[in-house]
Amino acid sequence: MTKDIYILGIETSCDETAAAIVRNGTETVANVVASQIASHQRFGGVVPEIASRHHVEQITLVLEEVFHEAQLDWDEIDAIAVTKGPGLVGALLVGVNAAKALAFARQKPLIGVHHIAGHIYANRLEKEFQFPLLALIVSGGHTELVLMTEHGKYELIGETRDDAAGEAYDKVARMLKLPYPGGPEIDRLAARGEEIISFPRAWLEDGSYDFSFSGLKSAVINKMHNVQQRGETLKPEDIAASFQASVVEVLTEKTYRAAREHQVQQVIVAGGVAANRGLRKKLDERFAGTDIPLLIPPLELCTDNAAMIAAAGTISYGQGKRAGLDLNANASLLLN
Amino acid sequence: MNILAIDTSNQALGVAVMKNGEIAGDLTTNLKKNHSVRLMPAIDQLMREVSLTPEELDRIVVAKGPGSYTGVRIGLSTAKTMAWALNIPVVGVSSLEVLGFQGRFFHALVCPFFDARRGLVYGGVYEWKKGRLHSVYSEKNMPMEDLLSLLAEENSEVLFLSPDISLHQESIAEKLRERAVVPEAPYHLPKASHLALAGSMVEPVPTHTLTPNYLRMAEAEAKWLERHKGKSHG
Ligand SMILES: [Zn+2]
Repeated sequence: MTKDIYILGIETSCDETAAAIVRNGTETVANVVASQIASHQRFGGVVPEIASRHHVEQITLVLEEVFHEAQLDWDEIDAIAVTKGPGLVGALLVGVNAAKALAFARQKPLIGVHHIAGHIYANRLEKEFQFPLLALIVSGGHTELVLMTEHGKYELIGETRDDAAGEAYDKVARMLKLPYPGGPEIDRLAARGEEIISFPRAWLEDGSYDFSFSGLKSAVINKMHNVQQRGETLKPEDIAASFQASVVEVLTEKTYRAAREHQVQQVIVAGGVAANRGLRKKLDERFAGTDIPLLIPPLELCTDNAAMIAAAGTISYGQGKRAGLDLNANASLLLN
Repeated sequence: MNILAIDTSNQALGVAVMKNGEIAGDLTTNLKKNHSVRLMPAIDQLMREVSLTPEELDRIVVAKGPGSYTGVRIGLSTAKTMAWALNIPVVGVSSLEVLGFQGRFFHALVCPFFDARRGLVYGGVYEWKKGRLHSVYSEKNMPMEDLLSLLAEENSEVLFLSPDISLHQESIAEKLRERAVVPEAPYHLPKASHLALAGSMVEPVPTHTLTPNYLRMAEAEAKWLERHKGKSHG
């Protein structure tokens, strides 16, 4: 029998300071996330400088907790995996430098992980991958369709041309004066409203798997202004439901078409917006009668965490990929 | 005692190793290059050259700012995490104090400062007495003009130490005239071996509680407080 592989993961790309230990890339041994949501709430969004300040304060606490939870010694850790990008550069730098310090102090191999690869591999902590596989990644910073034919190989087949889906949610939430973070609030309101306004769906050119949400965002603003000028009112529940219907339909349909075209064995959904109930429901319905299994991980694996970074890092580790002590953070790192 | 000292708080990158109480190595570069890329390779190289393994370290000392926010965080993330992983104490020393060590043999006021843009500096005023650096005016983020006015009132010579000296040399000369002492280039760079020495004399703090010495609030925070001034907390 081969030895178990234990990878320590570190993630600080946005406003969560996270560390985790994963066994063989498929099993979470310990997973600790220190969220900063409360610190950014009064600013109505993540403030990069404040996020970076929190990371420095939290990093060793989070690491200590993860080792305490895992009941493992350093001897058993095979390598250290860290998010090297994309994300907020100042925030990424805290994790990258902490990981390098650990790698040096404990003489362990260092692995740089792409944040989106992490989101995809969060699913492998639930179920083994079947290739070819299609991943829909939706979060505050991302809206991407990624095709994988084997482990560690990513082909970007669609991405947003303007706002990320989560960004559109946040902006509309601000218009509706909902508290930060706005995405879950809209989802909640939408569940109680009806799609009485038909907002546009950005299908773009025929056969394109790209996305665009800025037009939709403008349409919502215009609609709200017009209604206000006529002295009428719209129920926020209905605005939320109509907006969400547009986003969810495009995401679902493009994912479905891409899955068909590439004859994938599995569709996985990842990223913070994967927690959205409206999106889950629509995707479930769309794939229900098909032979393509749909995987959506539990909420704590959808949002940013380090278990997903360790899981993705395990693949790189097995493939012999190593980072040097000169590893840097890259705010706009490409997935390849 | 074996100490690793790290300074990435400003433009100069400094790493030093004190081995059995002696300075075994001190590596300084003063370049506009990325600290994040260069720090760990520099530590690795120096540790190899002085034949020390990480487990042989007894303490890590880091310059905790003021300076570049990002630079300070690169140093602290590295120092804190390494100390935690090795289970050894970590000490943070003010970056201004480290620079103040360049005035060790000056018998009057010593004023290290870093430029903080828009006419502001991070500065402090110190005095060397019996081989110890004492604070005369505690370090602050303030207009250079205010710092100079403060010093102009003192009937004393003042040694100015700063990697950004050229930006303020004129106003220094104007305000303090012959009482201003401005040394040659090498004295304006902090030395990591001084940092190691300073850190060897201080009691360590618990690793988790070591935080950067920004001397300034995050801009968003300052603006928020400005907007909410006078309003009661809800
Ligand atoms: Zn994410």
